[in-house]
Amino acid sequence: MTDDLAFLPAREIAESVRSGKLSAAEVGRVHLDRIRRLDPKIKAFLSVRQNASPDASAGPLAGVPVALKDNLCTLEEPTTCGSRILETYRAPYEATVVSRLRAAGATILGKTNLDEFAMGSSTENSGYFPTRNPWDLSCVPGGSSGGSAAAVAAGLATVSLGSDTGGSIREPAALSGVVGFKPTYGRVSRHGLVALASSLDQVGPFARDVRDAALVMSVIGGHDPLDATSLPGPAPDYLGQLDRDPKGLRIGLPKEYFADGLDAEVRALVMTAIRTLEKRGARIVDVALPMTEHGIATYYVVLAAEASSNLARYDGVHYGHRTKVPAGLIEMMSKSRTEGFGPEVKRRILLGTFVLSSDRIDAYYHRAQKLRRLIARDFEKAFELCDVLMGPTSPTAAFKIGEKSADPLSLYLCDVYTVGANLAGLPGLSLPCGFTSAGLPAGLQILGRPLDDLGVLQAGRAVERELGPSGRRPPV
Amino acid sequence: MALEPAHLQHLARLARLELADADMESIRTRMEVIIEYVDQLKKVDVEGVPPLDNAVDLTNVRRNDEVQPGLPPEAALANAPSVAGPYFAVPRIIDAP
Repeated sequence: MTDDLAFLPAREIAESVRSGKLSAAEVGRVHLDRIRRLDPKIKAFLSVRQNASPDASAGPLAGVPVALKDNLCTLEEPTTCGSRILETYRAPYEATVVSRLRAAGATILGKTNLDEFAMGSSTENSGYFPTRNPWDLSCVPGGSSGGSAAAVAAGLATVSLGSDTGGSIREPAALSGVVGFKPTYGRVSRHGLVALASSLDQVGPFARDVRDAALVMSVIGGHDPLDATSLPGPAPDYLGQLDRDPKGLRIGLPKEYFADGLDAEVRALVMTAIRTLEKRGARIVDVALPMTEHGIATYYVVLAAEASSNLARYDGVHYGHRTKVPAGLIEMMSKSRTEGFGPEVKRRILLGTFVLSSDRIDAYYHRAQKLRRLIARDFEKAFELCDVLMGPTSPTAAFKIGEKSADPLSLYLCDVYTVGANLAGLPGLSLPCGFTSAGLPAGLQILGRPLDDLGVLQAGRAVERELGPSGRRPPV
Repeated sequence: MALEPAHLQHLARLARLELADADMESIRTRMEVIIEYVDQLKKVDVEGVPPLDNAVDLTNVRRNDEVQPGLPPEAALANAPSVAGPYFAVPRIIDAP
């Protein structure tokens, strides 16, 4: 019973808690107990609330156990961003998405591991420890929201939140065998999300099926006056409108997303999933996104520039680590930052400083912004021919811990199919589409027009309905 | 593109980072690989293309200038490594007369 409760959908937990069949306290206890037993192997959590106070009996997420990526500000525990520089930081306010989850009756279990400041695709670059993939503990869970993905995959949380700057929700969702959704830029408030690259960052849910992801989206979405880039209007009832006949749906297959570098098994699983909708009357259209080959380079210039500016705030003055070495002001700042940041964060700050320096800004940053426009135009043209785009989320299934850590560039290339949605602001979903012969999950990515979050979720639900449940649970 | 050690030291100074001599070479080599990779952008013709700095093309979102509750000073100072009264304290930057 205990294990079954840990794999119940959020909507069923909430329904049972509302009707009195289950108590939020019991659901919370079962999950905290699983975290105590299983998380020493997976290491998804950076902090766990020992006395999560689940007294809710109402709300769309009544009693639903939720895990939060540790770059979302909360009042009860530190918000570390996976960095030593924020090891003891206690946020003085709460992220809007967290307030909305609590108001909906959710139980917050704790905060999950991430690559330091969300810079990475494997959750190996955490300042604390790497997180492991519940399907194979020798593999990475993907990243940067690897802790949130692994927690949901392993039944330690029913749903969780992550952030996606270049694929950091969708890629770990694919590698960990769960659903991950990056909304249209501005659909979900970024207030209280610690900034990495402000024009790319977006908060979104992880869940074990599309319906739960849709349910969470209706809770966390909608305008927030505290985020100036938040889009107007409330979030619609995504779950209520989720089931839609795929007949007539035009599915674009970008040929660049199936080019060299894509693992053959992943390709076969993705194509099989797409064909199930073709059998239901969807139409497959070939499209081109010719700027895809420049996506990663464009992304890293924009990201490094924005990150180097955003991370200037960690100066040992207002909050975060300050060096113990006696020093003057400038030296105090430099030493505090040098001691507090890990190697990948330093590299990206240096790259950002390089692309923004006065003699390079035209050749790099301004040029990348123009490339960003060309990438967005590619998508606009493709969406004249189709309603959604489908392809793989990541070129491969989960890789071994340590396999790519010596070569940052090979790790960057994991994001080749995901960065476009961030640069163009599009909604993007990753959902499980089967397992490789090694028993590792593969992910199907669905991208939609800006603001068509519902259309993307509907297409994802249609695929999920055709594929049926995998019937597999991680062997932990 | 070659990244000279002096150039890297200059970037580190601007970014308020210290690079230990022992790490210089490995950081420099990795940076060069990444810069060489992003140099592919120079091959693309971007003549006349307007830059895109945010995906929703929002500009100047305004609100009324009204007094609202904000962060109380104690909360703002609570995480500071060093405070002096109601202020953030930093190492002295001006010599006492």
